[in-house]
Amino acid sequence: MGQPGPSPNVYFSPGGESDPRVPGSGDRRPRILGGGDSSARNVWIAVASTVIFFGFIALIVVRSPGWPEIKESFFNGAEFRASFPVILQKFVRNIFIFCIAEVLVLILALFIAVLRSLPGPVFTPLRIMAAAYTDLFRGVPTILVILLLGYGMPALNLQGIPDNDYLWGILALTLVYSAYVAEVYRAGIQSVHPSQVAAARSLGLSRWQSMRHVVLPQAVRRVIPPLLNDFIGLQKDSALVFVLGVVDALGQAQIIQQGDFNFTPLVALSLIFIVITIPQARLVDWLIARDQRKRQSSAAV
Amino acid sequence: MTRAVEIRGLHKSFDDLEVLKGIDLAVDSHEVVCLIGASGSGKSTLLRCINLLEPIDAGSIAIGDEEITAQGVNVDATRRRVGIVFQAFNLFPHMTVLRNVTLAPREVLKLSKADAERDAMALLERFGLADKALDYPDRLSGGQQQRVAIVRALAMQPDILLLDEVTSALDPVLVAEVLDQIRELAEQGMTMIIATHEMGFARDVAKRVFFLHEGQILEEGRPDRIFSEPEKEETRRFLDRIIAAGRM
Repeated sequence: MGQPGPSPNVYFSPGGESDPRVPGSGDRRPRILGGGDSSARNVWIAVASTVIFFGFIALIVVRSPGWPEIKESFFNGAEFRASFPVILQKFVRNIFIFCIAEVLVLILALFIAVLRSLPGPVFTPLRIMAAAYTDLFRGVPTILVILLLGYGMPALNLQGIPDNDYLWGILALTLVYSAYVAEVYRAGIQSVHPSQVAAARSLGLSRWQSMRHVVLPQAVRRVIPPLLNDFIGLQKDSALVFVLGVVDALGQAQIIQQGDFNFTPLVALSLIFIVITIPQARLVDWLIARDQRKRQSSAAV
Repeated sequence: MTRAVEIRGLHKSFDDLEVLKGIDLAVDSHEVVCLIGASGSGKSTLLRCINLLEPIDAGSIAIGDEEITAQGVNVDATRRRVGIVFQAFNLFPHMTVLRNVTLAPREVLKLSKADAERDAMALLERFGLADKALDYPDRLSGGQQQRVAIVRALAMQPDILLLDEVTSALDPVLVAEVLDQIRELAEQGMTMIIATHEMGFARDVAKRVFFLHEGQILEEGRPDRIFSEPEKEETRRFLDRIIAAGRM
């Protein structure tokens, strides 16, 4: 059984402060310095070695011959302060794009996954259709789908086909990511043991009622971590829509970059993406760890 | 006395393996019968066929006076009349005990939430599980989970209840509470077909015992006769092995 490792809290615990709720916690510092508490000593060693290691690397980078040029071109402070607010403002458009796409993906992907999971020979054509869809859109590069739809559809000049870059961008992202997320859902549906369906059907529930009340709730719960992973990918790929001429955050950053001959705006945008994706990545890690703990504790029963 | 179940010439194969080789079996209303036999003798498959969880290859099954294996029978409607409880409980882990019990009455019988919950609470009360109503299954012991599974099947008010080795997955100390619940149901006149390895229980509760061997009913009769003077050599050998295993 999984022995609980050292609590991650230890890294955030205020080393020297006294906790009035814990008797004797006030004299922590002397014990740490005396090396009496081995886990606290490990923290100190970890902190020290990390600081020395990264300090050393920073020193090498800063003292290397090309550094002033790199700094001027990629990490220009003035350029950063000037461009960051403008790019952040346009990033709202990316948020708009990926939020709508995410909602559509959740729905379309579930539909495809359910189609692919239909049992019986009657549904073979539907299963083939769903499988062909996932193969197609997982195979074609996202940027190609965006170009094909964004330039191709309006170029048809057909009545009723709108000429809106956001619409085609969002649709392209939805089509591509639904293929991935449908596979995630399908793995979740297949992970629900057939005995659960047998139990539901034996009570008189129809195939669809069993799917809706018994299989899907369990499947969706299990696939939340991989689903969030795909959403992180989708959020980053929202920047691809700029190829259609949409001035999103990337479009804006490129305009500034080409005007000023400086790459700092692109670095600033990278920073924005990193800042929004890292918390989500940590959330995924946390959810996976929680699942694992749950499975271990239920296996122990 | 009316017939609850009548099975005639039932055959069932999985690919090349013939699991049931012509089963004839009739159970009266309010009668309790036990199926005994080694693992793989076809007990579970027989029960799953009666619940239409497995399609049959030949023969017929009637519940009351309706032949449920005929063409065009509404499978979902039939299953409402036949409850089944599985060896591994198969409770829905994402639902509370109360929702496990009320799901089918609400979805299938279209009872209102209030009515379904009132009926469910009455059943849970009757079997001493009322205080567990809002717990999730993983908080319960195996015995409690299996008792909830029985309540869940009863909530559909089935004409007949099938029990598929319901104590085989339980700790020995938890077996008694489940068997007590089944005894109570038997006393109240529930029609039941019970596949079991608990021979002492079968002797107590069953009116007739059927010995299955390699997909056929080799011997049937009153439990005291089957257990004390079996006619067939195979039955005798099976019971000897059970005694050697300390299960009798």
